[in-house]
Order: sequence, then structure tokens, then C-alpha cells
Amino acid sequence: MPTDTLPNPEKNPARSTGELIRLEQVTKRFGDHTVLDHLDFSVDAGKHVTLIGPSGSGKTTILRLLMTLLKPDEGTITVDGEQLFPAPDKQVREVRKKIGMVFQQFNLFPNMTVLRNITEAPVTVLGMSKDAAEERARELLELVGLTDHLDKHPAQLSGGQQQRVAIARALAMRPQVLLLDEVTSALDPELVAGVLDVLRDIARSTDITMLCVTHEMNFARDISDQVLMFDSGRVIESGPPEKIFSEPEHDRTREFLSAVL
Amino acid sequence: MNWDWSAVSDFMPDFWKGLLVTLQILVIGSLVSFVLGLVWALLMRLPTRWVTWPVGAVTEFVRNTPLLVQLFFLYYVLPEWGLTFSALATGVFAIGLHYSTYTMQVYRAGIEAVPVGQWEAATALNLPLRRTWTAVILPQAVRRVVPALGNYVIAMLKDTPMLMAISVLEMLGHARLFSQEHFQFTEPLTVIGVAFIVISYLASLLLRALERRLAH
Amino acid sequence: MTSGLWELVLKGVWVTIQLLVCSALLAAAVSFVVGVARTHRLWIVRFLAGFYTEVFRGTSALVMIFWVFFVLPPAFGWQLVPLWAGTLALGLTYGAYGSEIVRGALNAVDPAQREGGIALSFTPWQRMRLILLPQAVPEMIPPFSNLLIELLKGTALVSIMGMGDLAFSGNLVRLALQESAEIYTYILLIYFVIAFLLTRVMRGLEKRLKAGVGKKPDSKTRAPEPVVVEAVR
Repeated sequence: MPTDTLPNPEKNPARSTGELIRLEQVTKRFGDHTVLDHLDFSVDAGKHVTLIGPSGSGKTTILRLLMTLLKPDEGTITVDGEQLFPAPDKQVREVRKKIGMVFQQFNLFPNMTVLRNITEAPVTVLGMSKDAAEERARELLELVGLTDHLDKHPAQLSGGQQQRVAIARALAMRPQVLLLDEVTSALDPELVAGVLDVLRDIARSTDITMLCVTHEMNFARDISDQVLMFDSGRVIESGPPEKIFSEPEHDRTREFLSAVL
Repeated sequence: MNWDWSAVSDFMPDFWKGLLVTLQILVIGSLVSFVLGLVWALLMRLPTRWVTWPVGAVTEFVRNTPLLVQLFFLYYVLPEWGLTFSALATGVFAIGLHYSTYTMQVYRAGIEAVPVGQWEAATALNLPLRRTWTAVILPQAVRRVVPALGNYVIAMLKDTPMLMAISVLEMLGHARLFSQEHFQFTEPLTVIGVAFIVISYLASLLLRALERRLAH
Repeated sequence: MTSGLWELVLKGVWVTIQLLVCSALLAAAVSFVVGVARTHRLWIVRFLAGFYTEVFRGTSALVMIFWVFFVLPPAFGWQLVPLWAGTLALGLTYGAYGSEIVRGALNAVDPAQREGGIALSFTPWQRMRLILLPQAVPEMIPPFSNLLIELLKGTALVSIMGMGDLAFSGNLVRLALQESAEIYTYILLIYFVIAFLLTRVMRGLEKRLKAGVGKKPDSKTRAPEPVVVEAVR
């Protein structure tokens, strides 16, 4: 595992420790429906946090707010000490560089090869040279086990392979935070394990902060430092996975876990 | 019915000249409509009503009024405003402008058909807006719109004879000239009628082949 | 502009409307006959109808008009009144496009409906009249509305033959006044108003027909698909 291609605490002494993400009094409504209601929530640097809960409870909305795909109606969002919302566009673009996201539907660019999918943003956004970006893309593809597929187009890959490319693409931007939005939900069951193994490796060998929405409870138990149980736009229970999964305090958590486990 | 083959052979040299002009109009007119249509489609996406309203109104107007009258308008009015162009240039611009009001809708549909996840991925990678358009959205939209654009090229082919009304000698113009000089109407008009059918049939075969290739 | 010139324009409007109504009726008749024939069970009927469509869509409306005005009379000894010559050329050409609309809408009816008709032992014509057409016709209205606008624009072509329609009256006024911007602007505006009214009428028709089969009209106006060849599949 070429860990040097990924953020590493020893090699990046400048990286922040302590609180990395902070949501304060964040409210998000869709029409009359309030998805998040004055939510307070923070994540420490390097932690792996899993959000669980019934669908519609606002988990994905949090990821989408952090990725600026949605705007909150109220509240503030801070990442690494800099405000992401409310903030002027220029600042949003700067702060957003610290965040990467992997989507349920992969969202690879079908008009580009695998290699170009990964190098596009480092070259145009970070101003990396094409060679350096390709070199790094190759390392990342090795990490996700897809070195043979650089010149293929996404449509030629299986869902699991596409999702691994999407993970490599997100990591190529060297984000401090990786948002994982139900990354295995769209996959055929036999392809799920390969993707989760890659994510386990990344969780184990890097200091990247992960925020993960998933229905894979075993995976959540493996990688999480902290599990947050959401219900109706609020965190009703949180703690280390051992505690949440074995001795949940809240009735709703127990119901939810017995339904999914 | 009396059919005179010698009239056909007499007309053929004029026919080829006319065909060349027709194809010229078609090629340049198509390019004008592709470019202008894209411009309209992109302008219509701007968030300000100060742009979308006038662009929407003008294109709606051009789309719903006869190309023939638009040709007259440009041909007779532009010189009054001190802008003189050849009849051919005026005609090509008019037909390109007219069809751009159709191609803009093709582009719009093509752009809207790009999944929203592509925009989201571009945001997640922090791609600048311009780069998102040129590297992600438009390449995908253009692939989707090629068959529809091709259909409009074939439709445009059948409108090129209108340029005859502003004295452009394309196929129909030559046929009419020949008819008046030799007083033989049947042969030249039938020849170009068949020519239109053959060209548009070949073009639609070509288009279907292209469509099949793009589908892969 | 003097009132005499306005009178000329109004006469032109009247000719355009007459021509529009006549050729729209002919085009509608052709659309249904040829469109239904293209779904016929005998291949020869389908072939002939398909051949008609390909030929008349393949050629240009203006070339058709020239043909009807100059080739038909000596060939067949008919001398048509200009209005009928224009109606014939436009009706046959736009009818070919319309037949594609009819065929498409008929093919889009759920095949189970046809099977239902067979199960009730309807004759093919009864199936067409009682089951397929009532469901297909409301779906045809939006594309027919676009085709009608294209036909309106097509009527201007007869002015090249010297028929005194709206476009022709514009040319006369230009010659009389030696000034073009104003008159052509008016002419274009009049066409636009007619097109707008036609769209309104067709939308009302769609609403009524769709209410008849318990559906809602399309919320959006569709992108007009003018005289465009939707490749035959």
C-alpha cells in the first residue's frame, strides 16, 4: 500500500488537529418539510464518523450541505476554522477544496477515460502538471486495484470498478474530509465487498477524516470511531460503534438496528 | 405527358451549378444555426431575466414567422440601414438564424438530459464553471443532440429553395431560369424534385448510420 | 401607410387564412389516411403509404408548389385555380409529415389495448375506430399544433407564384412605398399573431380531448418538431 500518496500525519505536520467540521444551528427545509432542525454537530480531524438512521432522517442532507450541493436555510458551517456557509463564493471555492465526495451513483464523467476522470480536477483546479497528476492517478488506481483500466471509459467498467475509480478521483484532490454517500447502495451485492475493502484500507492507513452515510452496519462497525444515530433531522444518540451496536440506549436506535441488522 | 430527355441533358450543367450552391447554403447555414443555437441556449440559462426574456421573445418570434418573409426583410431592409451583403450571404444568414431557433431547443434538451450527478461531481471536484461546461456538460450534451441536429439539417435542405426568392441561383433558381428561357417546365422541375428526394433520403441514411455509431 | 395599403394587407390576411384552412383540412385527411394505412396488416398497403411519406417528405414544399403550378397543368390538362393548386401542394406535403404523427401516436397506444379489442372480437376497423383512435388522437394534438404553425409559415410560399397572400401583399406595399422595414415588420407581426392564436386554439382542443380520456394536458409546451424527419425505425 503506497501510503505516501495519501495524507499522512507525519508528512503533513501542518494539518489541523482538533475540531475540523462544525455545523451550528443548521436548518434545512424542502418546501414545508424540515429535514434538519437547528442541528449542532461537529467532527474532529482524522475521525471516521458514520451517520445511520432511517431514510429521510437527514443524513445525506448533511453530506450535501458540506459539499455545498445544498444551501442551509439557517445556521453556519465551518470547516478547518474557515466558514463555508455563509461565505462569499470565492471563499466557498477555497474551503471546498478541503472536501471530497463519493456518490451513490458514482457520477464519473462518461466522456472521459478513467485516467482523465482522475487527473481533470488536479490539473485544472490545483494547477498540477499533467505528468504529476497522471503519476498520482496511477498510484491511486493501484491503491484501488484498477491499474489495468486507465484508458477505459466508465461505461466499460462494472459498478464496483466505477465506484473505486470515483474514490480514487476524490482522493486525487488530497481532501482533508471524504464524504461517502451510500457508496455501495447502487452496487450489485457481489461487488460491495471490493469497494468496502478499499475504503477500510484508506480508513486504516490515512488520517483522512471520513463522514459516511451507509446501510452496511458491519462496515460501519469496522471503520467508525463514532456512530451517530439520526432520526427526524436530529442526532438522538451517538457514541463508539461498540456501544451503539451492542447496547443502544434509545428505543428508536434499537428498532432501527433490529430492522437493518 | 411528353417528356423530353434532351431537355434534361440541356439542363444538367445548370443543375450541377445549382446543386453546388444549394450544398453551400446548406453547409454554411447549418454551421450558423449550430453556433447561434448554442449561443441562444446558453444565454437562456443565465439567471437574469434581462437576458432570457428578450432572447426568448426574439427566438419565439423568429420560429413562428415564415422564413420567406424573414428573407425579404433582411434582403430589402439591411441595405436601407446601410448594410449591403450579397443575396447569398443574406440568405445563408437568414436560414441559419431561422434554424438556430430550433437548434437552441435541441441543445436545451441535450443539456437538461445530462444527469444532475454530473454537475454535482463537478462541484465536488471544485471544477470552475467554465471548465464544467466545456469539459463535462457540453461534450455529453453534444453527443445526445447530433441526431436531432441532423434532422434539422435535412429540414433545412428542403427550405433552401426559398433563397431563390431573393435571387440566389440554387437548384430551383436554375430550374426556373432554364424553364423561362426554354419554355420547358416539366423536365427541370422534375429533375430537381427527384434530386431533393434522393439527397434527403441519402442524408437520412447517413444520419441513421451516424446515430448507430454514436449509440455505442 | 395609407388605408388603401392596409386594405391590401387585410386581403392578404384573408387569402392566407383561406389557404391555411383548406390545406390544413387536406393535410389532416392525408395524415389520417396515410398514417392509418402505415399500420395496416397488408404489407403492400404499408409499403405504398410509406413510399408516399418518403417521397413527399423528401421533397421541398416550394418545389412541390412549382411542380403543381407548372408541371401538372400541361401534363394532365388541368388548370387549377391558384388557391386549389396551393392547397394541393401544401396539403400533400404537410400531410406526409402529419402521417408520421398519426402513425407514431397509433403505435404508442399500449398493445394490450389492441389485444383487448381482439378478445372482444372487434373487427380491425372497429378496433381502430373505437379503441385506438380515441386514445391516440389526444396525443397527436401537440405535434399537430406544431405542424400547423409550420403549415402557416409554408403558406407564404405561394406568394412566389404570385398568389395575393399576406407575404405577397407585403411585397406590393414595399413596391408602393419604396420602404421595407415598416411593412415587413407588420407582416411578420401579423403572422406571429395568427400563429399565437392557432397555438391557443390547439391547446384548448388538447385540453378537451384529453379530458375525454381522463388525462391532463402536457404541462410544458413541447419543443416544436417542425417539418423534421424523425428517422423511421
